[in-house]
Amino acid sequence: MTDLLTVQGLTKAYPGVVANDDVSFSIAPGEIHALLGENGAGKSTLVKMIYGLVKPDSGHMRLHGEAFAPPEPRAARAAGVAMVFQHFSLFEALTVAENVGLGMENPPPMRELSREIREVSHAYGLPLDPRRLVGDLSAGERQRVEIVRCLLQDPKLLIMDEPTSVLTPQEVEILFATLNKLKAEGTSILYISHKLEEIRALCDGATILRRGKVVGACDPRERSAAELAELMVGQALHRPDRPPASTGEVVLQVAGLTSEHVATFGTRLQNIGFEVRSGEVLGIGGVAGNGQDELLSALSGETVGASETVRLRGKPVGHLGPNARRTLGLLAAPEERLGHAAAPDMSLTENAVLSGWQRQDLTRQGFVFWGKARGFAETIIQSFDVRTPGPGVAARALSGGNLQKFVIGREILQRPDVLVVNQPTWGVDAAAAAAIRQAILDLAAQGAAVIVISQDLDELLEVSDRFAALNAGHLSAPRPAKGLSMEQIGLMLGGAHDMDVAHTDEAQYIKKTYVEHRP
Amino acid sequence: MDMSSINWVLLLASLMVAATPILLAGIGELVVERSGVLNLGVEGMMITGAISGFAVATGTGSVTLGFIAAAVAGAALSMLFGVLTQFLLSNQVATGLALTLFGLGLSALLGQGYVGIKGLSVPDIHIPLISDIPILGPILFRHDAMVYISILIVAGVWAMLKYTRAGLILRAVGENHDAAHALGYKVIRIRLMAIAFGGACAGLGGAYLSLVRVPQWTEGMTAGAGWIALALVVFASWRPWRVLIGAYLFGGLTVLQLNLQAAGMKIPVEYLAMSPYLITIIVLVIMSSGRGRAALDAPAALGRSFHASA
Repeated sequence: MTDLLTVQGLTKAYPGVVANDDVSFSIAPGEIHALLGENGAGKSTLVKMIYGLVKPDSGHMRLHGEAFAPPEPRAARAAGVAMVFQHFSLFEALTVAENVGLGMENPPPMRELSREIREVSHAYGLPLDPRRLVGDLSAGERQRVEIVRCLLQDPKLLIMDEPTSVLTPQEVEILFATLNKLKAEGTSILYISHKLEEIRALCDGATILRRGKVVGACDPRERSAAELAELMVGQALHRPDRPPASTGEVVLQVAGLTSEHVATFGTRLQNIGFEVRSGEVLGIGGVAGNGQDELLSALSGETVGASETVRLRGKPVGHLGPNARRTLGLLAAPEERLGHAAAPDMSLTENAVLSGWQRQDLTRQGFVFWGKARGFAETIIQSFDVRTPGPGVAARALSGGNLQKFVIGREILQRPDVLVVNQPTWGVDAAAAAAIRQAILDLAAQGAAVIVISQDLDELLEVSDRFAALNAGHLSAPRPAKGLSMEQIGLMLGGAHDMDVAHTDEAQYIKKTYVEHRP
Repeated sequence: MDMSSINWVLLLASLMVAATPILLAGIGELVVERSGVLNLGVEGMMITGAISGFAVATGTGSVTLGFIAAAVAGAALSMLFGVLTQFLLSNQVATGLALTLFGLGLSALLGQGYVGIKGLSVPDIHIPLISDIPILGPILFRHDAMVYISILIVAGVWAMLKYTRAGLILRAVGENHDAAHALGYKVIRIRLMAIAFGGACAGLGGAYLSLVRVPQWTEGMTAGAGWIALALVVFASWRPWRVLIGAYLFGGLTVLQLNLQAAGMKIPVEYLAMSPYLITIIVLVIMSSGRGRAALDAPAALGRSFHASA
């Protein structure tokens, strides 16, 4: 059997970095092929070349045995290549139907398209209402929009970039069922992920990328996750040590926290309450868009409320802003590194001052001690192994992982009593992620209370003492993290947000009649 | 003050004429902003259109050619803005302000030989039958062709945005340029087309002032109409028919102001002159107290530069 897609010697260089270096692999019809690699390994660049968004410097591709060099996504779609993006390429202010129509070459009239969306999405177990605004949908539902958009084009090759990062475990299972049915229909899938267990459960073949090069190809079902991880990272991974925690008195109490105002398409927090003790790590899991950002800003003081809602060592602080809370020892590191946790065009020293001026005594009577500030920035760089030429470099110039280490280090070195972090290892390579988790555990071991908000359940189980789930602005009661199964966690996260299992026969029929009826 | 000295039929009839320049400029700017670009150079494009239209019309004796020249001049000036902001990624606010200042200076230079020349007269269209209806006839159906063309442009923009794929793509680009790019749409090309359309409409609006409303050339004759057009787009929360309503409301205020002055009202006219802006601010406050940005319908990518990365 000839391969559906063969990629040979693809190379793409950007100034200062070779994103893909002589990459070759092939996908058979009906194969689910994994592209495995860390962040920055060149997976995204590679699929962008297949999808026609980026032109390779050299090398060539063959689709169905014929030369394939899509100059733009339109050509790739016409050839039967569809892609579900990692960062959703959706338009929040447009409806589901309009979003789907924008991704199609010759969409039928809106009314007909809406009917097709409703039918195909139900048949594949991903029910969608075509009239709803995408901005009002959950992350899981948004992904359905992307998938349905691809399915309506009857693709031969479906590229999925990190599709499960926004799903609950139950939703992942249903997605896998859908993908397996697609495979049974003969659709090939190129599946990009760094989650090893998923790849072992789903994929028939895997190509492993490291620093832009293919470092191995294997059948993931025959390898252990540890072997795959070693291939991917190039070294055995250090698992964070967990000193036996001794928790002390309650440091942070949150009670009756309900958001009064939320941004457009934001989530309203609903009567949230919990306690964190010193020396304890509380993990808060949840699919993106369920109130994580709102919770962080309510704790950091960016949104203020009634004074009694947040208490620090018994003292009401709910009405205080971020600076006052910092002085009292409640520090936070938000998810968005550039623009929220750090000012992109300012130097690391300046960024260190912005957050640390009170607790590190970097100012007096409005004047900044730049020498001392520089020293603080250098300490962060040294103790957290931030790879950068020096503290004078702009935050924007650092890679995601390095900037994240800087941001987390900046807060940790201020010796907080309570630290709140949101997505501490998002988009960070495995080695840096392990270092950040270790730092969080060390901080707790020194007696601080830490709240880790994350979508990465493995990470939460690794670092937290107790686990709570955030679902549509509601926080579940925290439970001891030890001994929680993925299934229990999935149910805490709200289970499979009204997805149902795929009905393939029906789907096939609908799709066939749909294609026939189109002009 | 003698209110009876105001002829209300004439006032309402002149309202449509007074509103047409800001209606044209406003509907053009609406398309530009819907594509995610904020062009603050409307005033500059209007006045450039005003002098170009006036010069060509008096030179050739054809008002139609004058309007065409005004549209071309407005679009050409807007392309200056387009190249600077879309290719050279300059700041849209600063570039737009510079465009206004540049347009005012350029028009003064071009117009030196035209000061004091009398313009052509533009015939009103008397639509048979309906223009003879008492009261309504003179108010609605005895205007020049541009008044009706401007309404047709509004209808066209509305239909384009609502029913066509081109309109959907335009809105998508203004909503999320990165996603539009990822789907393979040419963000910069689409925005340039929108900017050119906005420039042409602003040029027409300016030419309407110098060819029909006044009709002669004086330096700085747009006198802030471009800024009212910008406020109008926000007031209309980026919807075409509301631009029409807003334009007639603001146009009505201008006419009323002149009439009240003539009638000898005691309140300083400056209050009426500032009222379009006050109304815009009040409308903004009322609408944003509801559901935030979604209620306002501001395009999410408004004013943000697009640069295709990777």
